[in-house]
Amino acid sequence: MLTIENLHVSINDTPILKGINLHIGEGETVILFGPNGSGKTTLLYTVMGIGNYEVTEGKILFNGDDITRIPAYERARKGIGMSMQRPPSIHGLKTRGLVELCAGKEPIDIESLARKVNMEKFLDRDINLGFSGGEIKRSEILQLMAQRPNFVLFDEPESGVDVENIALVGAMAKELLEGSPEPNGKHSMHELMHTRRTSGLVITHTGYILDYIAADRGHVLYNGHLCCEDNPKRILDHLQKYGYQECIRCLT
Amino acid sequence: MNDIDLSKYEFSGHGSEQIEDLNRMADKEKQSMMMAGFDSSEKNRSASFVLIDHDHAFCKSYDPGVEILPLGLALKIHEGLADLQWNLVNPEKDEFTRLAADHVHGGYVIRVKKGARLTAPIQSCLMMHTEKVGQNVHNIVIVEEGAEAHILSGCTTTLADQKAAHIGITEFYVEKNASLTFTMVHNWGEQVEVRPRSVGQVEAGGVFLSNYISLKPVKNLQMYPKIVMKGAGSVSRFNSVIVATEGTYMDVGNRVILDAVDTRTEIVSHAIASGGTIVARGHIQANISPTKGHLECEGLLLNNGVIHAIPELDGRAEGVELSHEAAVGKIAKEEIEYLMIRGLDEEEASSTIIRGFLNIDIMGLPPELRAELDDAIAETENSMF
Repeated sequence: MLTIENLHVSINDTPILKGINLHIGEGETVILFGPNGSGKTTLLYTVMGIGNYEVTEGKILFNGDDITRIPAYERARKGIGMSMQRPPSIHGLKTRGLVELCAGKEPIDIESLARKVNMEKFLDRDINLGFSGGEIKRSEILQLMAQRPNFVLFDEPESGVDVENIALVGAMAKELLEGSPEPNGKHSMHELMHTRRTSGLVITHTGYILDYIAADRGHVLYNGHLCCEDNPKRILDHLQKYGYQECIRCLT
Repeated sequence: MNDIDLSKYEFSGHGSEQIEDLNRMADKEKQSMMMAGFDSSEKNRSASFVLIDHDHAFCKSYDPGVEILPLGLALKIHEGLADLQWNLVNPEKDEFTRLAADHVHGGYVIRVKKGARLTAPIQSCLMMHTEKVGQNVHNIVIVEEGAEAHILSGCTTTLADQKAAHIGITEFYVEKNASLTFTMVHNWGEQVEVRPRSVGQVEAGGVFLSNYISLKPVKNLQMYPKIVMKGAGSVSRFNSVIVATEGTYMDVGNRVILDAVDTRTEIVSHAIASGGTIVARGHIQANISPTKGHLECEGLLLNNGVIHAIPELDGRAEGVELSHEAAVGKIAKEEIEYLMIRGLDEEEASSTIIRGFLNIDIMGLPPELRAELDDAIAETENSMF
């Protein structure tokens, strides 16, 4: 699904990503750990095609197409979606209006989608204006539910979310990635689980999100290099015990 | 400021006939009035007033709570009215007020009677019909104690490319605990020069809400209406949405004097200069404490437009709370990208942001006017790319 080959990215001539190689297959969810300033958000933005980042070397392939140089909206139309950590507010654009835009020509039931993420009261408010951390996350997820991407980039789904909301955000992130299949007479659960195959690349600081979503692999991004491929819970345990110090050793 | 050569315009000789039935007006006229907020079908209106060139052409009230009269007649009927004319606006202010004082063509006098709460808006249209016409209007609005009204005051030319000049004096009296919403829609043309001169006062517990919308080109418009919050606890709010396309020069703003305790005001303007020039002013003067004022000016630049924002806060007593925020620039890249990651291309994203920027939901306008303005906004948007 997504293949990143030897990706080098700079901002204002300062190299941030220094040769990233990563493959995420269909239906796979990958967790990305890393300290502040390691380049996690840069990687997500570069895959999405936004921000003032310059790809100096390497390429990004999505379903075999080279998307390294195409604009963000073309990537979105190919099925890449993103939940932003701090999206801007837009005066006069109601949440409802944006969710409709996300759905494009697909018919959607906005009210019932909004009910799922407890956002009914926000539909007629300007998007993100005065939203709390948890409200922003729920609004981002609502937009993605309408957009129905088959590859989701999640920038810190748990940041700024209070304890009460983390379960809801986690459950909805899971639903976005895995769908919400229920057994029926025609198909087995096994079949259903494989009909909707959404992949994901999720940045997390705290790892709380791992309590809710089933991740296949974890990586650590450190100083622009990707290292340490392992079970995400094991990586998290290790980071909680030893911090990122060990990564330095790994990379030298 | 760009001066006007008044000698180019004809300030006499263009009387107009009385209109018996608004429905029988030409479609073109009805349409341009509609774009200025005047519905010739008069559905859901408390009163209507039309002035064309140099004469009032229609004047009718449908609600016993509101009296509406052409200026000349009103001055004859109400002896005291003369004291209210040129009471707030100084006739010696400039050449435009002097001209209007010497030679007025008419205007409306609206009196919303004590305690009357009008459910339907009052509408007026000041129209310029003849090529090269110069129009001097003087309006007086009195909202008596405890009364409540919404006035839709539209200004328009019949033809988009017509040459014309409009001088409009308006004096507002909002009495104790009264509430006035005054919505002014300008639908001028590329060759029209405009000098409104308005002053109002709001007494204790009164509310003055002002909406100003100008989406069409205008050659040269300058106005700086002033509202004095004269009585304790009175409140005012000003919302403006203006667009200046190429060839348009607008120097506009609101000035509010907080002259009694517990008065508040909020001035919010959204301006787009798409090839045109806007001087966006704002001035809050607080003479007494406690008072509170906030000034907000958001400006978007497109197609080499110019916006010069001049916000002024003038605190004259300790304990006043005055604040302002102003931002002028192009459409934020973060906002465009946010919409692009949802699948909108750059042009779709920009026009969505512009439509939001010009949003008029907050103004509480009647639905048919909103629909008309939404169409006009869509049209304006298209002209920007």
